[in-house]
Amino acid sequence: MDIFRFLIFPGFVFAGLVGLTATWVDRKVTARLQWRMGPPFLQPFYDIGKLLTKEVTIPGSADRTTFVLAPMAGLAAAGLVAAILGMSISENFSFTGDLIVVIYLLTIPSLMMMLGGFASGNILAQVGSSREMKLILSYELPFLLAIAAIIFKNGSSLRLNELLAFQRLNGMAIGSISGLLSFLAIILSVQAKLGLPPFDISEAETELMAGPLLEYSGLLLAFFRFTKALLFYSLPLLIVILFFGGISFSGWHILTGILKYAGVLFLLVVIKNTNPRVRVDQAMNFFWKRVAPLALAGLIFALAGL
Amino acid sequence: MDLKTNLLTRSLWVFHLSAASCNNCDIEILDLLTPRHDVERFGIVLTGSIRHADVLLITGIVNRKNVARVKRLYEQAAKPILVVAVGTCACSGNIFRTGYQFAGPLDKIIPVDAYIPGCPPKPEAMIDGIVKLIGKLKGK
Repeated sequence: MDIFRFLIFPGFVFAGLVGLTATWVDRKVTARLQWRMGPPFLQPFYDIGKLLTKEVTIPGSADRTTFVLAPMAGLAAAGLVAAILGMSISENFSFTGDLIVVIYLLTIPSLMMMLGGFASGNILAQVGSSREMKLILSYELPFLLAIAAIIFKNGSSLRLNELLAFQRLNGMAIGSISGLLSFLAIILSVQAKLGLPPFDISEAETELMAGPLLEYSGLLLAFFRFTKALLFYSLPLLIVILFFGGISFSGWHILTGILKYAGVLFLLVVIKNTNPRVRVDQAMNFFWKRVAPLALAGLIFALAGL
Repeated sequence: MDLKTNLLTRSLWVFHLSAASCNNCDIEILDLLTPRHDVERFGIVLTGSIRHADVLLITGIVNRKNVARVKRLYEQAAKPILVVAVGTCACSGNIFRTGYQFAGPLDKIIPVDAYIPGCPPKPEAMIDGIVKLIGKLKGK
């Protein structure tokens, strides 16, 4: 039974399906904002399916073991996060410190993308990886501060189900000053975590082509794409759990839950389409000097009980 | 038609190589991505890396300077890779075919799956070429 919960519902497969649909929403909304038609609904599934049938190339200059294992480790971590978050809302499953586990596991996909880029031996991929590293250094602090503010706001618990129960009794966390400030900080951090513009610095299509993923092809590239899809599921869901009181699976409440998730996703896509890419030094300045103080203010308000 | 071909025809990722072209074909190719033609409707997107690509789109004549690069890109690509020659230069050499730097038409260097002549070809002609390429893959 545990295998089923982790791998099928609400874990890996279900999260993957929702995540791939979310990437379709991203592409479709982007296309509509640019007055284009956009891809058909099944496009992300075709893409993944096609990548699975392609040849896997491993460059001669690459470190084979790291190059092959990095995408798998990233996928495993993203799948585990999706399973933990999914189970916390669907069956109220929780354990002490699961929020900490989620935070740790959420950094692993970016870390593995970075390792894969370094291991590929391609100079452009390595530049992309070093940019990814600087980006991680900049967005992690506001991300953690925002989550800390929410923990203090929602009754100082590290269990996801207690955070949800507290919000059920006292209203959504976003309804307070600290919640609003932390929400602004976390939505920008998540934008960078997903590698969406204006923080697609590591993938940088115009000068680094594809960044750390440059040398990946076939199955291994499909792993990275699927990891991205899982993050597209987990990160908005984490925001919904922390700020909007989660998703309830009873009756009509599931519709409001889907609306919450879609709203967060839509906000991310709109930010993506209305901002040009910033340089890595601008991103660091932005996160350390603008977003981190914002999140800190949120934390102070939360400690003051506002 | 097997599943593999079916998936390939629905999600063609294109790597665009400008082999010493005059840039007219390249501008027309970028036209395909604009709202008027929008080939993302058919799952066609431009990729930055040859490792991700299913279609190698080549414009311009292949000359002695870049012939080695064209061969290398073809070898680096993850198979199956389709090669499309866009513009008369890539197809036959056009007015440069007698030039001293001309290294032979593209199909003497690497196998070509589709030819789209024109100087430059219209975006509609290119979409037509891709449709014919997909038809060829499906065995029609």
